[in-house]
Amino acid sequence: MQKTTDAAQLSALARRMRRTAIEMIMEAKSGHPGGSLSIAEIIVTLYFDVLRHDPANPQWKDRDRFILSKGHCCPILYAVMAECGYTPKDQLLTLRKLGSIYQGHPDVRFIPALEASTGSLGQGLSIGLGMALSAKLEQSDARTYVVLGDGEIQEGQIWEAAMFAAFHKMDNIVAIVDYNKIQLDGFTKDILDLEPLVDKWRSFGWHVLNIDGHSIPALQQAFAEASATKGKPTVIVANTIKGKGVSFMENNPKFHGAAPSKEEFAQAMAELA
Amino acid sequence: MSKTYELKMGAATREAFGKALLEVGRKNPNVVALDADLSKSTYSTYFAKEFPGRFFECGIAESNMVAIAAGLASAGKIPFASSFSAFVLNKGFEQLRVTAAFPNVNVKIVGTHSGISIGEDGPSQMSIEDLSLACSLPGFTVLSPADEVSMVALMHAATDHVGPMFIRAGRPKVPVIYEASQQFTIGKAIQLTEGTDVTLIATGLMVAESIRAAQALEAEGIHARVLDMHTIRPLDRDAIATAARETGALVVSEEHLIDAGLGVRVAQVVSETHPVPMEFVGIHNTYAESATPEQLVDKYGLLSRDVIAAAKRVLARKR
Repeated sequence: MQKTTDAAQLSALARRMRRTAIEMIMEAKSGHPGGSLSIAEIIVTLYFDVLRHDPANPQWKDRDRFILSKGHCCPILYAVMAECGYTPKDQLLTLRKLGSIYQGHPDVRFIPALEASTGSLGQGLSIGLGMALSAKLEQSDARTYVVLGDGEIQEGQIWEAAMFAAFHKMDNIVAIVDYNKIQLDGFTKDILDLEPLVDKWRSFGWHVLNIDGHSIPALQQAFAEASATKGKPTVIVANTIKGKGVSFMENNPKFHGAAPSKEEFAQAMAELA
Repeated sequence: MSKTYELKMGAATREAFGKALLEVGRKNPNVVALDADLSKSTYSTYFAKEFPGRFFECGIAESNMVAIAAGLASAGKIPFASSFSAFVLNKGFEQLRVTAAFPNVNVKIVGTHSGISIGEDGPSQMSIEDLSLACSLPGFTVLSPADEVSMVALMHAATDHVGPMFIRAGRPKVPVIYEASQQFTIGKAIQLTEGTDVTLIATGLMVAESIRAAQALEAEGIHARVLDMHTIRPLDRDAIATAARETGALVVSEEHLIDAGLGVRVAQVVSETHPVPMEFVGIHNTYAESATPEQLVDKYGLLSRDVIAAAKRVLARKR
């Protein structure tokens, strides 16, 4: 794989990964397009710029760890990991089918490089803390990155982990909240409002960055600032649009967890061409 | 029965766990420990004092603790996460399922204060369903040592074993059954007495009660075999089948819900191998209450007296 810091190149890659994710979900006839599209820039920026990793050596001890805690949005992660060379590209369209390594939610039994099996929300930050603690014990400068859903942080365990991370001054972990403001049953403000979200994390002792989660330069700057922040963990509140890149999916709760129809798929492909 | 047991009072299995944790920590630098604000009660404090950098106090947040342990294990550490059995298994169950069992991660969960013998603190602190919960997690090994010697030996075995595990410990001091030289293998029951009339299978503090029962039965001319089932999963199918074949009658005793723990698992093996009459000693479909441990094991039927009665019932059914 070829890493790059070029924002235009990363942006084009994010667009292509969106397309692949939608193709996978279409072929599977099920999955979660909305939240996959909202994290495209986050995942692409991490894997192609920020993360210290080597797809040829996935067990590298000092690699950075990435955990997709909002596991249901794995199609975009699978697309990116295949693009990196971790897994076969020609099997991506087997998503959710019998025998596929591309399980409906991340499963390390099939793809060890996923680092953690997720899918039951609320657990990825704690798992990441375990990995970050291990890095500290090993005196490794490996960093751990965890992408959380906004609805996911309604889970109490997230705040247990948030307290722990700040108390233990875990400056080697970064949480990214995909703040697309929609969850399965509707808008987060109507289901269980997260606001004031930035204040919540700040009061838990985290360094908080509030950015546009679709701006690659903003993400690059935020990850750099997180790395430079010592003595406390950093959370990036990434303001995103659910379904970003496909007009009829944008801000539409219907596409939290539904595959497009044939006509919708054709339109999505045209828009992402 | 060939051998007599003095059954002198020894340490609680929770304290033996604490000592063993320190021992394995000294032996293996990859061992780390976590607790949820109960380290003075679980005795993980011994490890914490000697290895503060490898001990993670998680506060009263068991779910977080279990998943952190899973992360540590994924990164190559051997984490022992301890708390009261009632808390770590019930509050951490979802995390045990998704972060430990499902990805088959090398996490060791230690639940102390199991059963009703914790006494005065009452049912919210008592774990009478932990063996059932732990055995419902695919891939989990489940240990339930009966005394301090077996706890220490099995802790060493647990450290070398790769895979998720639950280890059950109790609050009260319990009699010493084994000599220090006794060897233990995960998944291999230990036969404590010879006998061909009936087999008394037990785990945890019911092992000593079953030995007492065997000694009393011996005086009546009934020769009882006693098996310490220190590993609930994987069960020692051979020892069970052999006992069924050679003695023709079984009693299973446990400080646990009677319809969800060791007994039903043994019955499954017996029905699959060599069906014989069985009787069960345990807690019947209820929560206990506050009292002294002695009063509770009396009231809820966990004494040698109860094992003897069950043995006589099963002998009456034996053809």
